[in-house]
Amino acid sequence: MTPADLRRDAIRVDLQLIADMIDPGARVLDVGCGQGILLDHLNHFKQVDGRGIELSMAGVRAAVAQGLSVIQGDADTDLKDYPDGAFDYVVLSQTLQATRNPRLVLRELLRIGRRAIVSFPNFGYWRVRSHLLLRGRMPVTKTLTYQWYDTPNIHFCTIADFTDLCREEGVRVERSMSLTADGRVSHGASGLLANWLSEQAVFLLRRD
Amino acid sequence: MGEHLSKGAMTDGQGQTLDFATFPGHRLVLDAADPLPLDCGESLSGVTIAYQTYGRLNAERSNAILLCHALTGDHYVADEHPVTGKPGWWADLVGPGRIFDTDRYFLICSNVLGGCMGTTGPADINPATGRPWGLAFPVITIGDMVRAQVRLIDHLGIEKLFCVVGGSMGGMQALEWASRYPERVFAAAPIATAARHSAQNIAFAEVGRQAILTDPDFHEGDYALHGTKPDRGLAVARMAAHITYLSEAALHRKFGRNLQGRERFTYGFGADFQVQSYLRHQGSTFVDRFDANSYLYITRAMDYFDLAADHGGQLAQAFQGTPVRFCVISFTSDWLFPTAESRAVVHALNAVAANVSFVEIESDKGHDAFLLDEPEFHATLQGFLDGAADHRGLPRQTDRHGLPRQTDRHGLPREKDAP
Repeated sequence: MTPADLRRDAIRVDLQLIADMIDPGARVLDVGCGQGILLDHLNHFKQVDGRGIELSMAGVRAAVAQGLSVIQGDADTDLKDYPDGAFDYVVLSQTLQATRNPRLVLRELLRIGRRAIVSFPNFGYWRVRSHLLLRGRMPVTKTLTYQWYDTPNIHFCTIADFTDLCREEGVRVERSMSLTADGRVSHGASGLLANWLSEQAVFLLRRD
Repeated sequence: MGEHLSKGAMTDGQGQTLDFATFPGHRLVLDAADPLPLDCGESLSGVTIAYQTYGRLNAERSNAILLCHALTGDHYVADEHPVTGKPGWWADLVGPGRIFDTDRYFLICSNVLGGCMGTTGPADINPATGRPWGLAFPVITIGDMVRAQVRLIDHLGIEKLFCVVGGSMGGMQALEWASRYPERVFAAAPIATAARHSAQNIAFAEVGRQAILTDPDFHEGDYALHGTKPDRGLAVARMAAHITYLSEAALHRKFGRNLQGRERFTYGFGADFQVQSYLRHQGSTFVDRFDANSYLYITRAMDYFDLAADHGGQLAQAFQGTPVRFCVISFTSDWLFPTAESRAVVHALNAVAANVSFVEIESDKGHDAFLLDEPEFHATLQGFLDGAADHRGLPRQTDRHGLPRQTDRHGLPREKDAP
């Protein structure tokens, strides 16, 4: 591998989980793609037709300057422009909790994509629970680094909450993965235990 | 021989007739038997297209980039301008190892139809009368300009352009190309532009045209026959337009309320302020290189541009099923073609799931930013072109060690690679 390949290969574990769920050559929209780390990885290793939306202009500029197809836009307002079924996968990675209307965003993901991949920090994680329970303060952890007053994360949920929402919305969970703080991956993120032990979760969804 | 004499109305600042035959670049005279149809219903036969090229067309003819110039630009993208002696409008972006890498791409730029730097326009001789066209020249559109460019691309034997790039009116042409000839364009970069001229744009254009039309030296467009030039009107038009190319912040930074070569107000109407003196200079130098009738025709072409209206009011319809890769770029302080206009184009492209990048560059330099040293803009354009070229299968240029050539943030070759 060239140094660029190595850099592309060494992405965060949660992003790698997402990448592993995507078929080669697929049409992919990454909503909240940041500087395009996942898109670059997918372009290179899965030869996808990849696009991105990113709220921060700095992220968009960095992504486009690398040759990625990324636009400045907002998950809450700009998904409505896309036609139905335009993508094989729509990815929402670590962004759901920052949207104003997560339910609507979830519907949009599954309208414009045949499948959606959603990852989010699990507010049911025991460290988060104990932070609130024992210290009586809003949790600040390795993945939840913001103070309550400056956080962009306005709609936290637990794995159980998210599973409930999927059921209410008639969304089928095709696969779910959970991720512990030390990077251990377990298949299936539906059980009670997963909700206690997982710091993050990744769901592969499709409309029933 | 007759070709350049037919441009008798264009004179330089000293009243000397411009001799286009001595200018750098190339000219194509279209077959008179195959006239160019125009949107207004008329047609033009024997159109001359003045153009310039940089770099070499590859064997597959797949590396051609068409650069489209703005309202008062011309095809001298990277040449010293034959009239003003100034560097070309994107001279810094063109060359080996630069954004428009002449080792990788074949660059083409033609003077627009209706222009005054060698391509057929209202200063030419109307074959029907033997006199300069003046206002008898048919009103042209952005679509007509692009139709003329298509003839040029055909003549050069290019089936599909790698990319069409343009700012402002050049961006309108890029959009028109992508919309009307999607199979002939691999990628398009419309910059600081819009899919339509807004009411405010039309209003500013009208002020400029009225200044020309009401100049006593205008003579209903037949000023060449009267041995005059509506220089005052054209200068005022340029001054008004020039303000729209800048921003309040840029004007303030450049001039503030500074006085011009004086300590106090003169309590008259002279150029007390530096900004006045600057604008007057812009106006007076412009008339030496631009034809007033061309100014009328080209601004009118911009007014008529409305891509959505051409497609039942739905801009997305202009791009239905498009295979073109787009990069839309706007600038934060551009109030002539504000970001909202670019965003409308992006929304339309999203609606057809087109491959589009969109970046708004932070700049306080106003509309003119696309012609200025804006490193983030240049990095964006470079990234887009590199990415598109990889998809098009155009080989990257390598340095003498066989490694990808390194460029700095301006797209210029790094020192160690410089020849």
